[in-house]
Amino acid sequence: MALIEVRNVSKIYHLGGEEIRALDDVSVDIDGGEFISIIGPSGSGKSTLMHILGCLDSPSKGTIRLDGTMIEHASERELAGIRNRKIGFVFQFFNLLPKLTVLQNVELPLIYTGVSSRERRERALQALKLVDMENRAKHRPMQLSGGQQQRTAIARALVNDPKIVFADEPTGTLDSHTGETILQLFYKISEEGRTVALVTHDPEIAAFTPRRIEIRDGKIARNVDSKLAGLGTSPRFSIPRPSATQHPS
Amino acid sequence: MNFLITINVGFKEIWANKFRSALTMLGIILGVGSLVAQSALVKGLENGMKEALIAIGGLEKVYVTPQAIPVWQQHRKDQAVGNTMNDIYALQHSAPLVHLVTPEMQTREVTVTRAGKAFNPWHFVGTWPGALELNQHVIEHGRMVSDVDEKEARSVCVIGTGTRDAVFGSPEEIGREINPVGEFININHQRFRIIGMFQHYESELDRKARALAQESAPEPGKVGPTRKRGQGSGKSKSGAGIAFEWKNNTIYIPLNTMWLKFRAGVAVPLIPGAGAAAGLDSGPDPRLSTVYFKVKDLSQMNDALQQVRNVMMHTHKGIDDFAFNTQENWSENIATATRNARLSGGIIAASSLLVGGVGIMTIMLASITERVREIGVRKAVGATFIDIFIQILVESVVIAIIGGVAGLLASQGLVKLLTLISPADYTPVITVDAMLLAFGFSVVVGVLAGIFPGLKAARLHPIQALRYD
Repeated sequence: MALIEVRNVSKIYHLGGEEIRALDDVSVDIDGGEFISIIGPSGSGKSTLMHILGCLDSPSKGTIRLDGTMIEHASERELAGIRNRKIGFVFQFFNLLPKLTVLQNVELPLIYTGVSSRERRERALQALKLVDMENRAKHRPMQLSGGQQQRTAIARALVNDPKIVFADEPTGTLDSHTGETILQLFYKISEEGRTVALVTHDPEIAAFTPRRIEIRDGKIARNVDSKLAGLGTSPRFSIPRPSATQHPS
Repeated sequence: MNFLITINVGFKEIWANKFRSALTMLGIILGVGSLVAQSALVKGLENGMKEALIAIGGLEKVYVTPQAIPVWQQHRKDQAVGNTMNDIYALQHSAPLVHLVTPEMQTREVTVTRAGKAFNPWHFVGTWPGALELNQHVIEHGRMVSDVDEKEARSVCVIGTGTRDAVFGSPEEIGREINPVGEFININHQRFRIIGMFQHYESELDRKARALAQESAPEPGKVGPTRKRGQGSGKSKSGAGIAFEWKNNTIYIPLNTMWLKFRAGVAVPLIPGAGAAAGLDSGPDPRLSTVYFKVKDLSQMNDALQQVRNVMMHTHKGIDDFAFNTQENWSENIATATRNARLSGGIIAASSLLVGGVGIMTIMLASITERVREIGVRKAVGATFIDIFIQILVESVVIAIIGGVAGLLASQGLVKLLTLISPADYTPVITVDAMLLAFGFSVVVGVLAGIFPGLKAARLHPIQALRYD
C-alpha cells in the first residue's frame, strides 16, 4: 500500500460564477521514501496538489489516503494533528517567525505536539545539527542569509520526525549555488527514508529527483519514474552536479 | 498546546509592542482606577453618614413625640394627657422588649449667660441619668446628673463643648483647654453649677482637619479680622456634621429641676379645658417633650414598637396622640444615597472599562492582521483552531490583567488626587471588595475583547494566511 493514495481528486474554485478546475480528476500514488518532484508552470495546479496532499486544503471531489487515514473525512483538528506529526513544510519564502530565535522557530511544531520544554530543546538542537545550523540557534531569522534561513526552515520541517516533507519552490529565492546545497540536503533527507516532494516550475530542479510528476491545467501530464524506466536506480551519481542535461530521463 | 507557553507567547507579544500595549492598557487602567476610586469615595460617604447615625444613638433608639389627635378622636380631646411620667413607669414595667426608657423635658428659647457672654444651646433638656448611655454621650470632665440631683431637683447641669466654647472660650481661641466643672452659669437668669462636661464630638474628618490646623497654625499677623462667615461658619457642618454639632450644643439638667424651674411658669390644669373653666391651677406642666427608649433586639423592632404602643395606648386612655420616630428612615436614606452614588459612579467607571475593552479589541484586530502569515505558519506546523484562539485570547487577557493591576495601583494615587482637588466631607476608604470587583471586571473585559479577534484569527484558512502579504 502506498503512503499516499490520491484517487480522482478535483479542486474546483468558483470565481465570479466561473468554475475554475485547479485540479481535475487527479489520481496518483506516492510510496514511502520516494523523492519526487511535482513540476508544472505557474497556475498549473501543482501548488494546489501539494496543499491538498499536505492537509492544508481539502479536495472538492475524490479521496486521499495518507498513511492509512482518509483525510477528506478528517476534522480540522485531525488535519492539524496530521500536519503536525506526519508532514513537514518548507516554503519558498522560508516563513520563519521574525520575533523568535532560530531555536524557537524550530521548536514551534513541538509546542503544538505538547512536548516538554527540555525535550523540545534537545530535539530542536538535533534537527539544527542535521542542517548544520546548531551554532546559529540564538540568532534571529533576519540575521541569517537566505540559505541559512531555508536550512532553519528545513530543520523546523524535520523536527517532529515526519514521514513526508513538502517543499514549495524551496530554492526559488536562493542563488544557484545555495540552491544546490539545499537540494543536496533534501536528497540526504530522502536517503533517511523520508518521502520528499519538491514542488517547482524549474525542470532543472525536477531533474534532480528520480521521479517527476508533471502537472498541466490541473491534470497529470506525465508521471516519469527513472527507476521504473531502468535508467539508474538512484540519482546518487548526479549529486555533485545536478543538472537536467546530465541527468538521465 | 501547553498553556504556560501560550501565556509566555502572549507576554512576549505584548513586550514586543510595548508602546502600543501601554496605550491599549490605558483604558483599562483608567477604568479600574476610577471604579476603585469612586467606590472608595462612596464608602467614605457611607462611613461618614453611619458614624453620625451611631453618634446620635444608633438604629435602636426610638423616640415618642406628641402627635395631633386624630379626627375621629377629637371629641375626647379633653381627656388627652400627652406623654407623661406615667408612660415612663408603665413602659419600665410592662415593655420587656425595650430598655433605657428615658423621659426628656425640653425648654426652648433658653439663654445661657456668664460674664457678659450669652449663648443659646440647641438642646436644653431635663432628663434622667440614663440619657448619657441612650444618646452615646461621653463625659470628659466631672460627672453626669445623678439620681440624687434628680430627687432633690438640684440646680446642676452637664454641658457640651459648644456651651463651654461660647461662654468660657474655645481652646482654639484662648490656646488652652478650659475645664468648666465647678463653675456657675446662668440659664435664663437661674444660677446653675456645672457638674460635668461632655467630650468634644466631631466627625472623623473634622478631627483630622483640626489636627492638621494645629500642626500648621496660621502665623500671627497674617490672619485677617475674625468674622462669622454665615451658615456653616467655614466648617463642614453639612449633612452628618450637624449630628455632632447638635450633641456639642446640648445641656442636660435633672428632669425635676426642669419641671420645677422652667415649667412652673407655664402652669396648665391637669384636665385641660375643664380646669381652665374652673380657673384651677394644678401645678407645672407635667407633659414630657419626648419619651426615649432603646429596642433590645433590632430584629424585633416591630414587635417592640407594638408592645410600647399597647402600653401607651393604655396610659393615654386609648387616645392616639403619640407617634414613634425611629432612625430607620435615616438609615434607609443612607442606603439609598450610597446606592445611587455607587450606581452612577459605577456606570461611569464601567463604561470607561468597556471603552478600554473596545481599545483592546481594536488593537488585537490590528495585531492579527499584522500577523496573518504567522498564524498561517503556526497552522501549517500543526496549530489547531483552539490553539490559535487561546493564543489571541490570552494576549488580550494578559493586557487586561496588566492594565487591571496597574489600575489598582493607579487608584491609590487617584484617591489621593481626588481628596487633594476636592476635599470631601469624608475620608475615602479603598475596600478589598472594590479592588477585587474592578480587577475581575477588567479580566472579564479582556476575555470579551479577545473572543472576536481570537475567532477571526482561528478561522483563517492556512493557505490564504500563508499567501497573505
